[in-house]
Amino acid sequence: MKARHLLTTIGMAALMLSSGAAYAQNKMTVGFSQVGSESGWRAAETKVSKIEAEKRGIDLKISDAQQKQENQIRAVRSFIAQGVDAILLAPVVATGWDAVLKEAKEAKIPVVLLDRSIETKDDSLYLTAVTSDTVYEGKVAGEWLAKETGGKCNVVELQGTVGSSPAINRKKGFDEVVAANPGMKIIRTQSGDFTRTKGKEVMESFIKAEGGGKNICAVYAHNDDMAIGAIQAIKEAGLKPGKDIKIVSIDAVPDIFKAMADGEANVTVELTPNMAGPALDALIAYKKDGTAPKKWIQTESKVFTPDTAAAEYAKRKELY
Amino acid sequence: MRRHLPVLITLGVFIVGYLICLAQFPSFASTRVIGNLLTDNAFLGIVAVGMTFVILSGGIDLSVGSVIAFTGVFLAVAIERYGINPYLAFVLVLGLAALFGAGMGLLIHAFEIPAFIVTLAGMFLARGLCFVLTTDSIPINAEAYGQITDIAFPLPGGGRLTFVAIAMLLVVACGVVLAHFTRFGANVYALGGNRASAQLMGVPVGKTTIRIYMLSSFLAALAGIVFSFYTSAGYSLAATGVELDTIAAVVIGGTLLTGGSGTIIGTLVGVLIQGLIQTYITFEGTLSSWWTKIAIGALLFAFIVLQRGLSAASVRAR
Repeated sequence: MKARHLLTTIGMAALMLSSGAAYAQNKMTVGFSQVGSESGWRAAETKVSKIEAEKRGIDLKISDAQQKQENQIRAVRSFIAQGVDAILLAPVVATGWDAVLKEAKEAKIPVVLLDRSIETKDDSLYLTAVTSDTVYEGKVAGEWLAKETGGKCNVVELQGTVGSSPAINRKKGFDEVVAANPGMKIIRTQSGDFTRTKGKEVMESFIKAEGGGKNICAVYAHNDDMAIGAIQAIKEAGLKPGKDIKIVSIDAVPDIFKAMADGEANVTVELTPNMAGPALDALIAYKKDGTAPKKWIQTESKVFTPDTAAAEYAKRKELY
Repeated sequence: MRRHLPVLITLGVFIVGYLICLAQFPSFASTRVIGNLLTDNAFLGIVAVGMTFVILSGGIDLSVGSVIAFTGVFLAVAIERYGINPYLAFVLVLGLAALFGAGMGLLIHAFEIPAFIVTLAGMFLARGLCFVLTTDSIPINAEAYGQITDIAFPLPGGGRLTFVAIAMLLVVACGVVLAHFTRFGANVYALGGNRASAQLMGVPVGKTTIRIYMLSSFLAALAGIVFSFYTSAGYSLAATGVELDTIAAVVIGGTLLTGGSGTIIGTLVGVLIQGLIQTYITFEGTLSSWWTKIAIGALLFAFIVLQRGLSAASVRAR
């Protein structure tokens, strides 16, 4: 008698589970393992991802990893256990994803990388990567500065998080331009960890080390947030950012447009926060008829200067 | 009964938490989720066993997160740059960490410096060493790594009991034996209960202190090896703040922060509670992951109040 009760219960549980699975087929569920919310750009990326998913009728589950790879690996594993239809991953560092991506592959869940690439020997572990060309971004920033200063400039560099691929590549692209212009020199370089506070701190030490900043012609920051920190440090040192020291940065977040409109920053190279849109389109096509997208979906890298800053600020404010 | 009350409450919290998760997401019953819970928290579990001994003795070890990162970076550099056999590298790093811990224990005992200060220095030292070795994240491509990560027993229902999960459970088992069935364990409890009377009773205070920190650093290095299995890389910024997660797990597991009372099994449950909260938040999908910290904070607070209440009650009973 008891055994029969147990059987009925198990049967009912199985029924509930299977109906749950049937429901999941109607609406695509996508898990998104986000790095964190360390910068304004990152927050915008999360927001845009939600909007883009909603537009396409996709149920997006977002997990914020607080900048920790172990949390991201946990999140991806949880998504697999949950049986999502696809996973978006914005990897915090380039290495160490093989084991968990292999698990996803075994569970037949496609993974799309967002805004950063990974290092792996087996590139069948992910479906595609939607990224901007971060080397090119660095190069565009460098070229603008070379043109503006006639190829003569002492640059201080605020690097991104140590070991992250945008930091490595944005440095590489900029260095290419510096190598091509003998008058250009990077006199100091240090990591500001992609944050405002660290950007400000490091800039303060640069100014002190370079005799009050007289020797510095421009700041090249790997993201806008560090540039905004540097602007504050320059102001506090009694210099005029944008005039005495030129500010060159990457990302195009609203606050940098505000700074440009106020004449305190000179140029920013856009890294679009809409990475999820192309990624979800690729996933929908893949799920529908198995069309495999290209291994790399590249986004645009536009240059913005102060003349359009006020209009761009009004346009972007909402998103961030 | 009163002695076991904290650990029973911890277990109760875990079971209630699990049932809440299960009610909302039926797939929590799958072996996959349970396998993940053990695998993903393996390094935390291993390091928390060492931390339990430290806290039982009335001390604290803030260096464990940095030791985990150092282990990863050391392994990556040794294996990839110098071509050292991975197994030899494991032995080397475990030995180095044990020496490091013994050194900290010696300082704490010989100069009577608070453990907080000595291990804080140890934390900066180990983290600094990582950055001296390398600032980049170095992938480890050694074949042994792939082989070890592939070891897993399939559980019915798609889950897997991985090598690292088994390693963690073994460490917990060894910890239980060491704490409750050996002279060393009895000495640790005595030291945490009352240092002066332990000394009078003939507990070798110096030797025990050195061994406790040696064990903690050794297990941190072991956790570092396990950590390097999941990421197959060494990274200087890895495992930041893990020391605090570990301390939280130990306290939630029912160990008294002032020492002298607590269990290893409780610590394991404390680690699993943290894992459970994280898994719930990922399954939920819209909550900010920072709610994990808030939940842990609230639990921690509740447990400290509870401990306070219990010890006040036991004083009154006397």
